[in-house]
Amino acid sequence: MNDRPLVLNEASSFRVNRATLVDPEILDLERRRVFDVCWIYVGHESELRSPGDFRTRTVCGRPVIFCRDSGNAVRVFLNTCRHRGAMVCREAEGNAKTHTCFYHGWSYDRDGRLDGVPGERDYPQSFRKSDYGLMEPPRVESYRGFVFLNFDPQAVSLAEYLAGAKEYIDLVIDQSPSGQMEVIQGTQDYDIRANWKLLVENSFDDYHLLTTHSTWLDYLKNAGVKMQRPDRDHLLPSHGVGKALGNGHATTDNVNFRGRPVAKWIPVYGEAAKPEIERTRAELVARLGEARAARVADTNRNLIVFPNLLLADGSSVTIRTFYPTAPDRMRVHAWALGPKEETSAARAIRLDAFLTFYGPGGLATPDDVEALEMVQAGITATHREVPWSVMSRGMAKTGEQLNSDELHLRAFWLQWDKLIRGEPRAAR
Amino acid sequence: MKKRPPARAAAAKVTRADVEELLFHEAALLDDWRLDDWLGLLTADARYEVPSNDRPDADPENTLFTIADDIDRIRGRVTRLKDRNAHAEFPRSRTRRMIGNVRIAGRNNSEVSVEANFVVYRFRRDESVREYVGRYRYLLRVERGRLKIARRQAVLDAMELGSMGLVSFIL
Repeated sequence: MNDRPLVLNEASSFRVNRATLVDPEILDLERRRVFDVCWIYVGHESELRSPGDFRTRTVCGRPVIFCRDSGNAVRVFLNTCRHRGAMVCREAEGNAKTHTCFYHGWSYDRDGRLDGVPGERDYPQSFRKSDYGLMEPPRVESYRGFVFLNFDPQAVSLAEYLAGAKEYIDLVIDQSPSGQMEVIQGTQDYDIRANWKLLVENSFDDYHLLTTHSTWLDYLKNAGVKMQRPDRDHLLPSHGVGKALGNGHATTDNVNFRGRPVAKWIPVYGEAAKPEIERTRAELVARLGEARAARVADTNRNLIVFPNLLLADGSSVTIRTFYPTAPDRMRVHAWALGPKEETSAARAIRLDAFLTFYGPGGLATPDDVEALEMVQAGITATHREVPWSVMSRGMAKTGEQLNSDELHLRAFWLQWDKLIRGEPRAAR
Repeated sequence: MKKRPPARAAAAKVTRADVEELLFHEAALLDDWRLDDWLGLLTADARYEVPSNDRPDADPENTLFTIADDIDRIRGRVTRLKDRNAHAEFPRSRTRRMIGNVRIAGRNNSEVSVEANFVVYRFRRDESVREYVGRYRYLLRVERGRLKIARRQAVLDAMELGSMGLVSFIL
């Protein structure tokens, strides 16, 4: 495996070996060298309101309890009983004073401490309940409400890891007057029959917009959305760039044309929504000033936080994370995010705008899924005969890299390659 | 010519057989991809919704759904699905719908609310079958003597969409 090149980065040619999307050995390496040393998104603080609130989910392949403890701090526990290993909490969400494993009845309090062992006195004297609390990942940290875990105890801090991605997370947060965004209830959990890295690429690949999403663009045009003529060399929108943000994080940064709940009205929202969007815009300008308000409200940004988190601030804001269940399969979890103090009218516009594009029933995401599944179907049996995928767009250019170029995709792959090759810790 | 009875009276007279006739007809149109004819079954203010699997009883105004279309987006969806560039449905899936346990749950003036169970089998390319199991909630309205669909909600039973993947056809 180590003798074949996986990513070829030459002067004017960038190629990715298709084996990276097919080979089970690569997936094993990814689990150890990518997912288990990077900061992986768990959830958002707003999903838990009070002490004892919990949600169970699978993060980085592990079943976890994402919860608030007795002091209202956000905690992450591995959802496996210290006795024989059964999953302790079997509900998707709720509020609990204790989590009891039904198998033999060991129970844990909100802080993860083992506080109930039926027939405790039959254990030897050396048995101490304090040794058997629920285990936690070595590191759990959050940035502006986004909670991440890391299975590498030696990892750099989350803040340092996020590097240039922080600026783009801040742009999302600035939509809220109080700086608090919240996850809206309703989760989209679905499988894609493709390698997870194809979704990374697709999530901010703007080269595919015109061809893959022509029916979505027609839908917008038919509804009366005006599209500006693209600048020189641009495909869509009129202007947009791709940027690398350090540590494999990268983003697109585009002039908006597709409407924004905060705060750019398009005809798709309907005339009745206009005053609400204008009020939101006025609040934004009053709070942030014209320039920053325009930065927040008139640009769309699809941010990949390496390796598997997308914050798409486009037609609406979506958090999307995904994890491989096989080389050719991933599970996707997606949520909508909105300002905490949003009015019910504005919230309804946000959710409606979300569904024009995003999700398994949206007018665009299904065609992305089809594209990814067609790539997987195309390469699985042919990758030895046709080993290379091409990712060279924009390489010969100096200066600005367009959103339809591939600098941001290459930034992801270069970091991935570095980690997979197992470069020493200092380098990552 | 006999005078048409007022809508109120018409709704009271709707039978389960009338409802089944409409639902079975709709299923046949959708399975045959006769989407324009299907639009003809809808009222001018119709809605089509698929709630998120973890919030089956929620309101799309405050909850993220999988699909929450008003009539404009229903029409937009049909326009898209008829286009060969709706890649997720090109080539088109073959679907087969089984609808049963049809019950009239309530009547209100000219409207009848209906519940029914469904199994929709979806076949695509060489993939194995994908099964969509759940229940429909319909709001039907008598308009000029005809029973029409004012709202249809397809509520999936699965905890997650999971291996069903997409709802890229009309469920």
